[in-house]
Amino acid sequence: MTTITQIEDLEALGRRIRGKVIETSHRTRTPHLASCLSCIDVLVAAYFEVLRIDPARPKDEDRDRFILSKGHGAMALFHVLAMRGYYPESRLDGYGEDGGVFAEHPPTPSHLPGIEAATGSLGHGFPMGVGMALAARINQRQYRVFALVSDGECNEGSTWEAALLAGAHRLEHLTVIIDYNKWQATGRSEKIMALAPLADKWRAFGWNACEIDGHDMDALVGQLHQTPDGSGKPRAIIAHTVKGKGVSFMEDDNNWHYRTPSADELVAAKRELGLLP
Amino acid sequence: MRNAFADEITKLGANDPRVVLLSGDIGNRLFDDFKHESPDRFFNCGIAEANMMSVAAGLALSGLRPVTYTITPFTTTRCFEQIRDDVCYHEAPVIIVGTGSGLSYAQLGPTHHSLEDLALLRSLPGMIVFAPCDAVELRLGLRAALLQDAPVYMRIGKKGEPIIHSEPPDFQLGRAITIRPGEHTCIISTGNMMAVAIEAADLLGQDGFSSRVESFHTIKPLDTSRLSDIFARYSVVAVVEEHSRSGGLGGSVAEWLVTQDGLRGQMLGFGTDDVFMHEVGSQDYARRKFGLTAENIARKMLERLTGDTPANG
Repeated sequence: MTTITQIEDLEALGRRIRGKVIETSHRTRTPHLASCLSCIDVLVAAYFEVLRIDPARPKDEDRDRFILSKGHGAMALFHVLAMRGYYPESRLDGYGEDGGVFAEHPPTPSHLPGIEAATGSLGHGFPMGVGMALAARINQRQYRVFALVSDGECNEGSTWEAALLAGAHRLEHLTVIIDYNKWQATGRSEKIMALAPLADKWRAFGWNACEIDGHDMDALVGQLHQTPDGSGKPRAIIAHTVKGKGVSFMEDDNNWHYRTPSADELVAAKRELGLLP
Repeated sequence: MRNAFADEITKLGANDPRVVLLSGDIGNRLFDDFKHESPDRFFNCGIAEANMMSVAAGLALSGLRPVTYTITPFTTTRCFEQIRDDVCYHEAPVIIVGTGSGLSYAQLGPTHHSLEDLALLRSLPGMIVFAPCDAVELRLGLRAALLQDAPVYMRIGKKGEPIIHSEPPDFQLGRAITIRPGEHTCIISTGNMMAVAIEAADLLGQDGFSSRVESFHTIKPLDTSRLSDIFARYSVVAVVEEHSRSGGLGGSVAEWLVTQDGLRGQMLGFGTDDVFMHEVGSQDYARRKFGLTAENIARKMLERLTGDTPANG
């Protein structure tokens, strides 16, 4: 049971990480800011409350696996992993520098602790997670696999191939979280590929599916904790999110898929997040 | 070759609990023994090869040794990005087996031909590319592949190919095998063209040209020390493959050759033309169409050998 104080702490952490991500985006001119802001609460709930992980032992065979299948959220993941203790936060001062490891998408696991899969091309990370969940069964281990996909990523055929195989093999230690912010790179996801009804689609593929507010920390923690739920099915958590969440002038404005904030916008954003007076 | 593969992977799977066999919904009954011996480590991944490849990468990153098996174009061209990103970029030790390679399935039409897979797969960093000439090389190569900490692409034929090696040869991935020695010229072959290459050498022998034959079962890493020896010794060297002349073994040898100084050998490439085959035909018909016959290879080599001038060696 997560207490109210703990939930408030997680929410505060989410605001702090938003501030860091916006600052990194401003400083290094890194796009996909709004995509990062939409999934930060999922990452915070998973990494700081749910995942059975030890940053000191990133290769522990029994660790839970978390795959950022929507690799363009890397800037958020990099800050979350640093705050979780996988590497010093100061390492991120070199974000985007020549010769470093922090690209706009996650590097391979052998190049940065805490990373489970190098993603960036959509529709790859989740299917790799299916392989990791199958491996747990073969190796008789109890770890869980979580994959965070974007709604745009649900355009990819390989996403649904993976869903079919996981359903067939009843991989109940596998959970997909869909960051359902209703936008993809150049338009409304519903208009481009008709995703709705999204939960029903996952159910039809043999999954249990639930829908939550993807910024409600209590709901996120509660749902993520339920894996495996005893039903013998993999789980899809449809997290209804807001692209650009946390900053009023970025919220639900798809220009921030590519735009990066000016110095003034950085200050305004931090004020809104309560990080500046 | 495919029956030898099924037999060998069954044995290897029974002895190595890391081996996981993934099939793209082909090989009906072919893997019954594997399923019997290792029931928890066989998965029919359905007709969904992109996912199968990513799943294999996920298994490999979890300490297992997945082997994917389906018809060559479906496990190479269809899921090339999964091979590139999930397997090779992650240095995941996945063994990718393409069956019915080259023109083995000529009669099924170009959707089932694979004449560009060597070119594609050898362009990927870290990938080992292997094409056995017979069931003996296949078994040795499969065992060797499982000892690698790297991805391996294994391009195999169908069934009923002749056995080339009467005795198991000294085998190492990346090291060519001399099938027979020869004084005057050399034929380099890979994969299921070996019987044709040997027949061509026989024909050249009847014309007085003793021909060495080499099995380049590994296209990558290329055995350049063997190539140096061959191209220093012979003025005419044929490269024979059931693959496009673009980018396969011939392409690979040519890339290497232009960087070398002082070698006397000229390369003659035998492979398929830069076309899709629109007419129906058997594997033999298709090979004839592309000049992949012993007679054509021997004739072209003979022309070059007898037209030899001091200027070109």
